[in-house]
Amino acid sequence: MSTNMSAHADAHHEEHHDTGRNTTFGFWIYLMTDCILFSCFFATYAVLFMNTAGGVSGKDIFDLTLVGGGTAALLFSSITFGFAMISAYKKNKGGTLFWLAVTFVFGAVFLGLEVYEFHHLIHAGHGPDKSAFLTAFFSLVGLHGFHVTAGMIWIIVMFCEVSKSGLENRTVTRLSCLSLFWHFLDVIWICVFSFVYLMGAM
Amino acid sequence: MNLLGKLSWDSIPHDPIVIGTLIVIAIGGAALFGLITKLQKWGWLWREWLTSVDHKRLGIMYIILAFVMLIRGFADAIMMRTQLAVATNGSEGYLPPHHYDQIFTAHGVIMIIFMAMPFMIGLMNIVVPLQIGARDVAFPFLNNLSFWLAVSGAVLVNISLGLGEFAMTGWVAYPPLSGLEFSPGVGVDYYIWALQISGIGTTLTGVNFLVTVIKMRAPGMKLMQMPIFTWTCTWANVLIVASFPILTAALAMLTLDRYLDFHFFTNDLGGNSMMYINLFWAWGHPEVYILVLPAFGIFSEIVSTYTGKRLFGYKSMVYASGAISILGFIVWLHHFFTMGSSASVNAFFGIMTMIIAVPTGVKLFNWLFTMYKGRVRMEPPMLWTIGFIITFSVGGMTGVLLAIPGADYVLHNSLFLIAHFHNTIIGGAVFGYLAGFAFWFPKAMGFHLNPKIGKFSFWCWFIGFFVAFMPLYVLGFLGMTRRLNHTDNPDWNIWLYIAAGGAFIIALGIAAQFVQLILGFIQKDKNLDKTGDPWNGHTLEWSLSSPPQFYNFAKIPHVDDIDTFTDMKEKGTAYKREESYEPIHMPSNTNAGPIMGAIATAFGFAMIWHIWWLAGASFIGLIVAFIMRAYAKDTDYYVQPDEVARIENAHLDNVAKG
Repeated sequence: MSTNMSAHADAHHEEHHDTGRNTTFGFWIYLMTDCILFSCFFATYAVLFMNTAGGVSGKDIFDLTLVGGGTAALLFSSITFGFAMISAYKKNKGGTLFWLAVTFVFGAVFLGLEVYEFHHLIHAGHGPDKSAFLTAFFSLVGLHGFHVTAGMIWIIVMFCEVSKSGLENRTVTRLSCLSLFWHFLDVIWICVFSFVYLMGAM
Repeated sequence: MNLLGKLSWDSIPHDPIVIGTLIVIAIGGAALFGLITKLQKWGWLWREWLTSVDHKRLGIMYIILAFVMLIRGFADAIMMRTQLAVATNGSEGYLPPHHYDQIFTAHGVIMIIFMAMPFMIGLMNIVVPLQIGARDVAFPFLNNLSFWLAVSGAVLVNISLGLGEFAMTGWVAYPPLSGLEFSPGVGVDYYIWALQISGIGTTLTGVNFLVTVIKMRAPGMKLMQMPIFTWTCTWANVLIVASFPILTAALAMLTLDRYLDFHFFTNDLGGNSMMYINLFWAWGHPEVYILVLPAFGIFSEIVSTYTGKRLFGYKSMVYASGAISILGFIVWLHHFFTMGSSASVNAFFGIMTMIIAVPTGVKLFNWLFTMYKGRVRMEPPMLWTIGFIITFSVGGMTGVLLAIPGADYVLHNSLFLIAHFHNTIIGGAVFGYLAGFAFWFPKAMGFHLNPKIGKFSFWCWFIGFFVAFMPLYVLGFLGMTRRLNHTDNPDWNIWLYIAAGGAFIIALGIAAQFVQLILGFIQKDKNLDKTGDPWNGHTLEWSLSSPPQFYNFAKIPHVDDIDTFTDMKEKGTAYKREESYEPIHMPSNTNAGPIMGAIATAFGFAMIWHIWWLAGASFIGLIVAFIMRAYAKDTDYYVQPDEVARIENAHLDNVAKG
C-alpha cells in the first residue's frame, strides 16, 4: 500500500506541474485571439474616424490631461502587478495581497476617469449614437474598459483566493495568467492612447 | 416594464407548414422523453454523457448534434428546391417570400455553423488525442463547455422556428439590410446570438486543441511525425483562433448598431456597411478552409490505409496545408469583387485566389500517387475519397473561373456561385466527414456498419449531387440569380426540375445513412470490432480497443515514426502485455458545462426578446458559475493499476482470440 501511495504522490506532482504550464500557454493563445478582436476594432476605428457626420472630431473632444492621468494610473498598475508577481514567486503572501490591492486601486482610478470622460461626452451631446466616429471611439475605448473591469473582478477573486488558501502552485499559475492579461491590456492601452488620443488631438 | 420583453402570443407563427413542423417535433420530443423516462436512463445520460469531459464522448455528441441539424438544414434545402420547381411560369409556389427568405438563411447558417462545424469538431475530438497518444485534451472541462455553447446556439436557431422568426437576410446578414431599419424583427437577433455563442465555443475549442497538440504529444513524437489528420486539424485550429475573433467583433458591432443605436454599418451618420462585409469574409473565407482542411486530412488517412501504403509526400501535405491556411487569409475580397475596389486590388485578390489551386493540386497528386501501384480496397471510406477527388476537382476549377474578377462581375450572386460552393463544401467537406464517419465509426462505437448500405448511400450522394448542382451551373450561365422565390422564364424550368430531382436522390443517401446506423445498432452484437484494428491502420488510435478505454492509453507509447502503429506492428511491439501499470490521473465529469450552456441559452434568448432582467441575471449567473467552477473541488481522480491491468488484459485476450 505504501509503494502505491508514493507512486500516487509522484504522479500527482508531475501531472500538476504540466497542467500549470499548459494553462499559461493556453491562456496566452486566448490573449492572441483577444488581440485579434481588438485589432478589428482598431481597423474599424481607422475606417470610420473621419466620418464625423458634421459633428465633433477627436480634436474637439479629447482632453489629453485627463487621459494622460488615466494612462499613468494604468501604467503604474502594471508595475505594481509586477511587484505582486515577484512577491508571489517568493511565496510572500502579505506582499502579494498588498500589491494586488495597490493594482486594484490604480485600475479603479483609470476606470473612474474613463467613466467620467464617457459621462461627460454623452452629457455634452457627443454620445456614440451621434456619428460613426463617436461609435468607433466609444466601442474601442469601451471594449478596453470592459476588459479592465473583467480584470478588476478577477483581481478581487484572486485576492480572496490568496488570502484564503495562500500561494499554492495552482494559485500562482492563475496569478500569472492574470498578470499576462493585465500587461496585455496595458499594451493595448498604449496603442489606444497613441492612435486614438495622441493622433486624434494633434 | 414588460417582464417578457417583446415576447407575446403573437410571436408564435401561424403558418401551417411551421405549425405542422412544430407538431412533429413535439411528438418526436415527447416520444424521446418518454422512452428515456421509461428506460430510466436520465441519470445515466446525465452522469455518463452530458456532463462527460471525455473527448471521445464529446466527439460522439458533436456528431449527433451535426446529424440532427443535418435533418433540419436538409429539410430547408428540399423545401427550397421543391418551391423553385413548383414556382415557375409566374406561379407563386407554396412558400411566401417572408417564409422562403427565412428558409434560405437558416439553411446556410445551419449547414455551415451547426452541421459542418460540429461534424468536423466531433471527428477531431474523437481522433486527435488518440493519434498523438494523449489521455485527453489539454482542458477537458473547457472542451465540454465548448460543446454546450455549440448546442446553445443550435437551440436558439431551433427556437426561432416556433417563436418569432429567423433572419431573412441570407446567411451573411449584410447590413444595412440586417440593420434595425430594414430588419426590425427578432430574426437577425436570433442569428446574431446563435452565432455569437457558438462562435465563442469554437474559439475555445481552437485554443484547447492547439495546446493539446503542442504540449501533449506522446514522447518521441516530433511535429513532423504527427499523423496527417492531426496536422490538418492543427492548421484548422490555427485558422479558428485567428479568424473567429473577427466574427465575434463583426457580430458585436452589428449588435451595438441594432441595440444601442450605434453607427458602424448604418446608411446615415457616417456608417460604412462595407466594413461589415470585409470583416465577415475575413472570418468567412478562412472558415471554409477550417471546414475543408480536416476533410483533406481524413482523405489522406483513408487513402494510405486502404491502399496499404505510406502516404505519398507527407511533408508536402503538411506544407501544402500550411500554404492553404496562409493564403486563405488573403483572399477574402473575392467574395465582393463587385464592391468597386480598384482594378489592382481586385487583380491581387484574384491572383491570390488562383494560387490556392497550387497547394490543393499538390494534395490531389499526392493522393493519386499514394494509390498508384497500391492495392486499393473499395470500402465505403475509399469510395467517398474517390468521389471527392472527382467532385472537388470540378468545384476547384469553377472556383478558379470565379477568381477572375471580370468573370466574377458576370457570375456574382448567380446560381453558378451557388453550384460552385456546394461543389466544394459537399464534395470536399461533407464527403470528407462522411468518409471519416465510416472510417472511424468502429473505433468510436466498437462495432461495424453495413458496408453495402454505406456504398448505396455514397452512390446516392454522389449521383444526387451532380444531378442537383450541375443544372445550377447552367442556370447561372442562363442568368438566374440566387435567392429568387419564384421564376418566370421557360428556359430555366427544365433545369429547376432536374435540380429538384437531384435533391431527392441526396435525400435517399441521407436516409441510407440513418438506416445504416439503426441497422448497425440492431445487429451490433454480430459485428463487434474485437481487435480494435479493423482496417490494418497506421496510426495510434488503431492500437487501442474499440471503443477505446476512457483513459485511452494504459501506458503512453513512445513514438519513432509517422505511421506509429505500423512501425509497432513491424517491430512486434504492438499489443504488448505490460508487467505493471501506473495509476492514471483523470479529470472528473462536471455539470458546470451543461449548466453554463443553459445559462448562455437563457442569456441569448433574453437578449433576442429584450427581456432585460433575465439578460442581466443570466450574465451575472454565467460569471458566478464560472468562478464556482474555478473553485470546485473533486475535479480529478486516479484509476488504480489493478483496474487498468484488468481492463487491458481483457482487451488483449480479445485481440488474441481474433
